Amino acid sequence: MTAGAAGSAGATRSAGPAGTTATPRTPRRTPARTRPLRWAPLVPATVLLLLFLGGPLVYCVGIAFTDAQLTGQESASFVGLANFRHAFGDPAFRNAVVLTLVFTVVSSVLGQNTLGLALAGLLRRASRPVRTLTGALVITAWVLPEIVAGFLLYTFFERRGTLNALLAWLHLPAQNWLFGLPILAVSFANVWRGTAFSMLIYSAALAGIPTEISESAEVDGAGGLRRLWHITLPMIRRSVGTNLMLNTLQTLSVFGLIWVMTRGGPGGRSQTLPVFMYDQAFTKSLIGYGTAVALLLLVVGALFSAVYLRLLREEV
Amino acid sequence: MPLPRRPHARRRAPSRRTRHRPAADAALLAVAVAFAAPLVWLVLSSLDARATLRVRLPRSPTLDNFSAVWTDEITFTPMLNSLLICGGATLLTVVCAALAAYPLSRFHARFARPYLLTILFSTCLPITAVMVPVYALFVRVDLIDTQYGTALFLAAAQLPFAIWLMKNFMDSVPRALEEAAWTDGASWGQTLLRVILPLMGPGVGVVAIYTFIMMWGNFFVPFMLLLSPEQLPASVSIFTFFGNYGAIAFGELAAFSVLYSTPVLALYLLISRRLGSGFALGGAVKG
Repeated sequence: MTAGAAGSAGATRSAGPAGTTATPRTPRRTPARTRPLRWAPLVPATVLLLLFLGGPLVYCVGIAFTDAQLTGQESASFVGLANFRHAFGDPAFRNAVVLTLVFTVVSSVLGQNTLGLALAGLLRRASRPVRTLTGALVITAWVLPEIVAGFLLYTFFERRGTLNALLAWLHLPAQNWLFGLPILAVSFANVWRGTAFSMLIYSAALAGIPTEISESAEVDGAGGLRRLWHITLPMIRRSVGTNLMLNTLQTLSVFGLIWVMTRGGPGGRSQTLPVFMYDQAFTKSLIGYGTAVALLLLVVGALFSAVYLRLLREEV
Repeated sequence: MPLPRRPHARRRAPSRRTRHRPAADAALLAVAVAFAAPLVWLVLSSLDARATLRVRLPRSPTLDNFSAVWTDEITFTPMLNSLLICGGATLLTVVCAALAAYPLSRFHARFARPYLLTILFSTCLPITAVMVPVYALFVRVDLIDTQYGTALFLAAAQLPFAIWLMKNFMDSVPRALEEAAWTDGASWGQTLLRVILPLMGPGVGVVAIYTFIMMWGNFFVPFMLLLSPEQLPASVSIFTFFGNYGAIAFGELAAFSVLYSTPVLALYLLISRRLGSGFALGGAVKG
């Protein structure tokens, strides 16, 4: 609304010197001569997106209902919902769904989100050297290529690795993390890798809270936890929503990290949906089935995206 | 200079800022140690000729690991492939994004809002999930195992976010100069190239570097779309290094990881301030 008003104000201003007669119904800022052509710059991006994102999406819907396999593409035939029925009856698929939920809740909602908020809060109170050091380390973990991060965390969690060395030093019992609790190990790995994102979002959000508000609450005698619950969280709730959505979507598509650390094993105990999808499509050569799983993942992703868009509605 | 002064600006409550400090520092240092542990292993092992899985100080620090991986086959070819694929894709993304962002930022039309919403929607889609159909499609149209095909897909995958970021940067460029250029009879192309892009130079830099970092680290896309070993970028070649060697040479792997990660860490430093301070991903992250 404000943009429209500003636009019409600009139109009256620019129409004068340009000498064009301003027609009453058009709050437009440029001479009309360029009108059809001025959207032409959208063409390259649109073509690229349609060909390489739109195309695969349509194709995905197409082959999810066939029995396409890696070998003998021509023999693929329409099988209706068979792939989906197969998926819901497949214990390995249900296992992957449960593991994906665990992975998402532990690493994204509980891990990255909470730790990110805590870090953002602490960074504001810490002394400068500590703030710089911690911020740099957390962000380095985020900027490192995924494959390097996966490899580093593999060595960290491995039976003979750094974590067990630290535990032994603290006189705590060692664990075979990648074998005993692989889903927890990869979840922690994802926390290590992804917390910086939440930290940056929450740092920006906390910086936007007027200090008078939290200070007056403190003067009124509100303790730390009550301030957090009644003042801080309500004021940054939009950031919390945004962050949770984006984190969840990123976590849903984590593949490289898990693939490097465990390859979904042992025995499928860290096989989240992307890894399951890959395994079905390429190890077992069932492209049709793998694509059906991909389609389910896309639908979940699309639902989250739609919620995210609703959260941002007023901003666009 | 301005940072240390900050506490004094809030003289009214000088104790509050300082009271929590030791506790906050201690907590942060604990987190820092946890985040540092894997990184310490990386650095120490790359300097240790007989590195193992366990973190330890090398007996005699050496650069042997680096010279061992400093060959065409292990380092230069994959890095060059990465540079070609990601550099080409970044260039394509930035050009397309700048072109697309211009009308989206400057003009109003009925379809602009749905278009932007679609763009924003596709920034969120889990790209991982599209990869199986993309593979099948690339086999069909014979783009599989080609570097330009991979670059085209990478460009398309990063494009929605790049358009969004670019549009936000462009929105902040005032229109007065542009209107002057129009009055002088400049076309939109001249206006974009001569007036707007120079004004938002740092913004274009952020978009380009961010896009490049994302692609440089991407593993799954080239892992799926490239097959022949001589075409693989560093993100995938490091995996074959790790996965297929009988006994993993941890020191060399660490040295290669350092070489492979350094460019993106350095690039991130360049944009960290602009990306970090206004961490307005999608311009949407306001309290």
